[in-house]
Amino acid sequence: MGSSRILFLAPLAIFILVAAVAGYYLLENRDPRLLPSAMINKPAPTFRLNGLSVDGREVAKGFSSDNFKGHITVLNFFASWCGPCLVEHPQVMALAGMRGVVVLGVNYKNKPVDAAAWLARNGNPYARIGVDPQGDLALEFGLYAVPETFVIDHTGRIRVKHVGPITEDVLQENLLPAIRALQR
Amino acid sequence: MKGLSVLLSFLSFLAASPLIAIGPGEALKDAALEARARDIGRQLRCLVCQNQSIDDSDAPLAQDLRRLVRKRVKAGDTNKQVIDYIHSRYGDFVLLRPPIDIRTWLLWYGPPVFLIFALFLILVRTSRRRQTRATHDSPLSVQEIARADTLLNRKEDSR
Repeated sequence: MGSSRILFLAPLAIFILVAAVAGYYLLENRDPRLLPSAMINKPAPTFRLNGLSVDGREVAKGFSSDNFKGHITVLNFFASWCGPCLVEHPQVMALAGMRGVVVLGVNYKNKPVDAAAWLARNGNPYARIGVDPQGDLALEFGLYAVPETFVIDHTGRIRVKHVGPITEDVLQENLLPAIRALQR
Repeated sequence: MKGLSVLLSFLSFLAASPLIAIGPGEALKDAALEARARDIGRQLRCLVCQNQSIDDSDAPLAQDLRRLVRKRVKAGDTNKQVIDYIHSRYGDFVLLRPPIDIRTWLLWYGPPVFLIFALFLILVRTSRRRQTRATHDSPLSVQEIARADTLLNRKEDSR
């Protein structure tokens, strides 16, 4: 009789277990749209982007994946039509002011003339700007939408991916600690 | 009659072929390659939509991924190579059919395991119940009847 009583409780025990696991993931305060990147700790894809230029006049030099070597890179995908890009702009400027960090911009599906005007109006944090008119490079990086930011170490390996605008909190709690850890 | 028409209209929804969002000019000229591209597209999730495949969605990201699929197919990749290429960049979420590995073991094998366990439980319990019923049904032996009678009589006497 004793064993059958335990057996009788088994479905309840399993139910509680499943409910606990489901409840944990449900109540854990996280945005279900934010997914771990498949590219963390993988080498950045190899590519070469043309620089941002308007009517033959070069606004910023382009770059390739070779430009990641030897320093910490913050690779930021942006566009002038992207509202959240303006929200994160002061934080990108702050990153650009950091010693040992090179901020590179990828201008995503943007008319060069619009991008140049946006940069002239808000300030240009980027050491170099490559253009990605069709979003081809974005697919290589597993991009969902702009803005997205990658921290790449001195060997060219992707260490952090941030989806969405870099708010002050994201900068202080996510990006800066990661950059400091890489600098050590 | 009204019930039937309601039922039929519901069934017609099931029969309707899903809408394909592939725009004009997007499809490959080679029909065989295009068929493969669609086969691949149906297996890839549009990441910014609610559970649509990239073939079902009008989202720019889905369009870009369709373009990438066609580029790879045209370049001579196998279906698996194309899917692996996108999987390595976008992670498991891009696959509409989750891969079977240690993290998804419960997802794939959980339901059959639970079903087998439940059937086993039902089997054990019914057979046990049958056993108990069998003992109840067996007639009392002569000694037991005599004992029961004395007990019953004693009870009546004491009243």
